[in-house]
Amino acid sequence: MSWYLTLPIVIPLATAILVALQRSGAAAGRWLSVGGSFLLLAAAVALVAQVWRHGVIVAQMGSWAAPFGITLVADLLSAAMVAITAIIGLAVAIYALADIDARREALGYHTLYQVLLAGVCGAFLTGDIFNLYVWFEVMLIASFGLMVLGGDKAQLDGGIKYIALNLVSTVLFLSGIGLLYGLTGTLNMADLHLAVREVEQTGLVTVVAVFFMVAFGIKAAVFPLFFWLPASYHTPPVAVSAIFAGLLTKVGVYALIRVFSLIFTQDIGYTHALLLAVAGLTMVTGVLGAAAQDGFRKVLSFHIVSQIGYMIMGLALFTPLALVGAVFYLVHHIIVKANLFLVSGVANRLTGSFELARIGGLYKSAPLLAVLFLVPALSLAGIPPLSGFWAKFLLVKASLDIGAYMIAATALVVGLLTVYSMTKVWAEAFWKPHPAGTAPVMVLLDQRERLALLLPIAALAALTVAIGLFPEPFVAFAERAAGQLLDPTAYVRAVLGDVR
Amino acid sequence: MNSLILNAATRVLVALMLLFSVYMLLRGHNEPGGGFIGGLIAAIGFALYAIAHGTRAARRALRTDPGRIAMAGLGIALFAGLGAALAGEPLFTGQWAFIDIGDGSKGLPVSTVLLFDIGVYLVVVGAVLTLVLALEDEV
Repeated sequence: MSWYLTLPIVIPLATAILVALQRSGAAAGRWLSVGGSFLLLAAAVALVAQVWRHGVIVAQMGSWAAPFGITLVADLLSAAMVAITAIIGLAVAIYALADIDARREALGYHTLYQVLLAGVCGAFLTGDIFNLYVWFEVMLIASFGLMVLGGDKAQLDGGIKYIALNLVSTVLFLSGIGLLYGLTGTLNMADLHLAVREVEQTGLVTVVAVFFMVAFGIKAAVFPLFFWLPASYHTPPVAVSAIFAGLLTKVGVYALIRVFSLIFTQDIGYTHALLLAVAGLTMVTGVLGAAAQDGFRKVLSFHIVSQIGYMIMGLALFTPLALVGAVFYLVHHIIVKANLFLVSGVANRLTGSFELARIGGLYKSAPLLAVLFLVPALSLAGIPPLSGFWAKFLLVKASLDIGAYMIAATALVVGLLTVYSMTKVWAEAFWKPHPAGTAPVMVLLDQRERLALLLPIAALAALTVAIGLFPEPFVAFAERAAGQLLDPTAYVRAVLGDVR
Repeated sequence: MNSLILNAATRVLVALMLLFSVYMLLRGHNEPGGGFIGGLIAAIGFALYAIAHGTRAARRALRTDPGRIAMAGLGIALFAGLGAALAGEPLFTGQWAFIDIGDGSKGLPVSTVLLFDIGVYLVVVGAVLTLVLALEDEV
């Protein structure tokens, strides 16, 4: 049983070690990274199948029984997140074959990348709040390295902002853990679920809840704590910003969902109402920020912020359907957003810039790329029949069901504005002629590079279309995942046994 | 640094520190000590050597890049954890073997816990020296 839970952490970690120790040269490191990501995907699929069939599965590290040892636990949400991490991890590892230069490889790009994947998988699988902090740190240290690797001036500038704000978040997170431990005397999340209910000073619990909200809010880039994201995500190489955009903020969202469905549900009237307000403001500010930008990746960075709002909205409404929407949105968004960043990288390679004013003509010269851009772009905006439509539909339906008209209207208007800024990118980068008069063509890249760049983009676009055309199995999956979140009895029993 | 006193003292001190670090590593099994503190002491030894004889000499004495030492340590620690999984128990469960030394006692205990600690020792030596040598390097 424990193999299913440990392999998604062990495989990328072992790959990182092998890449760092091998002496056969850069090519070997590259392919080790791809191979490791492929194995990770296999392990993740096995994990999802196992959780789907047998419910929540648990492993006690070192055989120290919960709540004293470190527990790894996977419910459907965790398993789905690990699977999506593996998918994006493999796609970006292949893309990196053509995107990361030899200098960055020599500095240890592949090692850091695999450590990052291990950190993300660890954060999704742990059942211990302090261990969650440790995985956050593993993930952050690897991401700090990736962010500044290569040492371009812009990268260092973005890196400083990224590091400074994430350290604030880390301190708050750690303080929150300290206070929570002081109140309850336990760190195991399933045990906390029970212990928090027995704390007499409910006001204090709410204070601690807000600590976690702010800490994870910074990581997830919600309003008003998001400004580090658009300041830094457009600086590193595309492969790096794609994996950051796809996964890192979503670890924050996952942590918010986990903590505010399992531990802090004693004062929903306060905490979740606060989250709902934050969600609305996040959506609006993100999309308005995107409308004002004119760099390809900057537009996309602001859209991450805007989209995070939708996921928080699902959590904040806290009805079964809303959580289904949040889980569905999370999976849909990771695929689409990482894919858009990958497309922006190819556009940059062909036209020579990320600045929308300076590029153009891609529709004529690279029609395949244009189609591959349209799929995730329209999905992001929520045009049927793509995956984003179902994600938004579920959330708006959930909010209308309980009469939350304000947030429903916000979500719809923000969807419209998303169409606006995706249209802007389309018109600038693809439709208008290239300002320098040159027609950027795909044959600029050699055969192998083209394959490495376009294969992951096409695969992720195909996945978006597949989710859009056949949403039923995905919604059914999200429904069961949301059921486990709303009623954590099975989770708690799996971790602690039947003793309580 | 060009100091005769430091050079002469280093010759004795480095050897003592490395020996003491191994002692700390092994002692950590049941008493205060362990891989982390042992690794720190060994790293101080090499750092002292780097101060006395320069970073190039220290790197030569290490024989390999400190980053690789850290990674090898991580690999050993991971391998120690996997040992339990191969035996069908959850990851990082201690596996013990007792070597009979013929004095009627339980025997000399050897465990994956010690292997894990050796991994920690190497990670600390490698990581600390990566930093120290990078800072000491004359650009």
